[in-house]
Amino acid sequence: MSRKLLLEHINVPGINTLEVYRQKGGYRAVEKALKTLTPEEIVEEVKKSGLRGRGGAGFPTGMKWSFLAKPEGVARYLVCNADESEPGTFKDRYLMTYIPHALIEGMIVSSFALGAKVSYIYVRGEMMPQIRILEKAIAEAKAAGWLGKNILGTGYDLELYVQPGGGAYICGEETALLESLEGKRGNPRIKPPFPAIAGLYGCPTVVNNVESIAAVVPIINDGGDEYAKIGIGRSTGTKLISASGNLVKPGVYEIELGLPVEEFIYSDEYCGGIANGKRLKATVAGGSSVPILPANLTLKYANGEPRLMSYESLSEGGFATGTMMGSGGFIAFDEDQCIVRNTWNFSRFYHHESCGQCSPCREGTGWMEKVLHKIEHGHGNMEDVDLLWDIQRKIEGNTICPLGDAAAWPVASAIRHFRDEFEWHIKEPVKSQSQNYGIANYATPIEKAPVTEEK
Amino acid sequence: MLKVEEQTPVVFSSELLAKFDEVKGRYPADKSKSALLPLLHLVQAEYLWVSTPAMDKVAEYLNIQPIEVYEVATFYTMYFLKPQGKYALEVCRTGPCCLVGAEKILSHLENKLGVKEGEVTADGLFSFRGVECLAACGYGPVLQISPEYTFYENLTEASVDKLIEDLKNK
Repeated sequence: MSRKLLLEHINVPGINTLEVYRQKGGYRAVEKALKTLTPEEIVEEVKKSGLRGRGGAGFPTGMKWSFLAKPEGVARYLVCNADESEPGTFKDRYLMTYIPHALIEGMIVSSFALGAKVSYIYVRGEMMPQIRILEKAIAEAKAAGWLGKNILGTGYDLELYVQPGGGAYICGEETALLESLEGKRGNPRIKPPFPAIAGLYGCPTVVNNVESIAAVVPIINDGGDEYAKIGIGRSTGTKLISASGNLVKPGVYEIELGLPVEEFIYSDEYCGGIANGKRLKATVAGGSSVPILPANLTLKYANGEPRLMSYESLSEGGFATGTMMGSGGFIAFDEDQCIVRNTWNFSRFYHHESCGQCSPCREGTGWMEKVLHKIEHGHGNMEDVDLLWDIQRKIEGNTICPLGDAAAWPVASAIRHFRDEFEWHIKEPVKSQSQNYGIANYATPIEKAPVTEEK
Repeated sequence: MLKVEEQTPVVFSSELLAKFDEVKGRYPADKSKSALLPLLHLVQAEYLWVSTPAMDKVAEYLNIQPIEVYEVATFYTMYFLKPQGKYALEVCRTGPCCLVGAEKILSHLENKLGVKEGEVTADGLFSFRGVECLAACGYGPVLQISPEYTFYENLTEASVDKLIEDLKNK
């Protein structure tokens, strides 16, 4: 059993209440931080922990905190990004549903460290049940003196509010989130200035993912050095992985970073293998935006060494043979899934969610969706595959925010690794409507890959 | 959509306005526009959709231009700009849910309810639509029902049938 820092008490009945959470050692981090540490010391602990942003970018949280501008007489804000909308990711929903006080405790400690007197948790609007859970938990915490004026008699004041979104993937991008929190359309801002200088209402602001903020609690309780001992290399600590798709046991798992991917997929402690006795064809390891990999490259590097669940190992091989940790949304595809259909589905998603500000993304995502629809439905031409490649190249890197890249990468990687399958759809327009291309050689170890495709 | 003449004016109840006031208190005094998204949710929970006169009233309340409300209401997908069924079913249609059968659930709903996506059943009880990822990928297929946004997970055609019967008898 690997160590659990966030979900250790998840199965304790009533852990969603303040009383039980407190019995299990909850709010110790607030006591320790407010009574014995200075804000600078907390930032230092988080730096030492090596914690990297759990929302997808993987930027070191302590470093992000240290960039926060602190002009005299200007309010500072901490905003928690609970807009979780990356397809394949549902860990934050899980945490907020079952152990809401973990987030609130993390918010108090982090707000204190950053000098924020008012903090917001921006929750995607569809998560109304979670919003109600959080509001109830905040009311409990406030009634018990963990929030409000003069917390624990230390003179520190903090108000915490929950803000619902309106249903827009783009608001997971931090500057779009801030625009939305200001009551506007979620159009990402041009950076610089970064939120650390001019964020919410033009004031210095830190935006952190739910899981990052919750991880501050064990970091303060045990110390940054202890946290950094877990994991592997620069991937320290534990990570929540949302497992979905054709798995025996989909769900949210807390893993120590560095776990072999094969163990995560096949061991009974985690996903328990592929559902219905089928074989694994492909995975998307970090949420829909990251490159899709065939089964063979998911489990092993091109040189045959085992791939691990860590930021570095998942990206080993670059985009040629690797992928990314992303938000930890692990999607498994069995042998009967169609990569073309899934790529079309993801493209439709990005087209739907593009805010429309930048032409390459606004036009390109729709164009890719149309071309993919054509191929999937048996009307494609061979040139369409090259056209898709060309379009995604022209989106990537040419937009204000990373949604453009996020839309381009799934298409690029699908063509890179599954070109045979795209071409089969075009060469067999009738057959491809009634049957699947199958697993082909995608699960065959790289060094033994046959030159010609299987029948 | 924004045909004012076809829509009856609205008067917000004092209970609703009290909720508005509570929400507005969460932000700095000169930043009350921040309340816009939560206010539109409150309006939708009350009326089951967001009409133009209601948006105008929200603008008046927040002391902003009506266009500032329209542009927000049309940008975000959760706000219904025309009346829906009493139970508006929203089925996730994004990748991970499709891997486990979301498309079948959508076509089953169409057959079961006898209406197309976006239409309301004759009795006014149901409407449905496909929506993008609802962040419940491990429990797919999933649907949610506004305005409470109750979630129903691991759907099968049989469980959808049962859900619809239960709602009819509610």
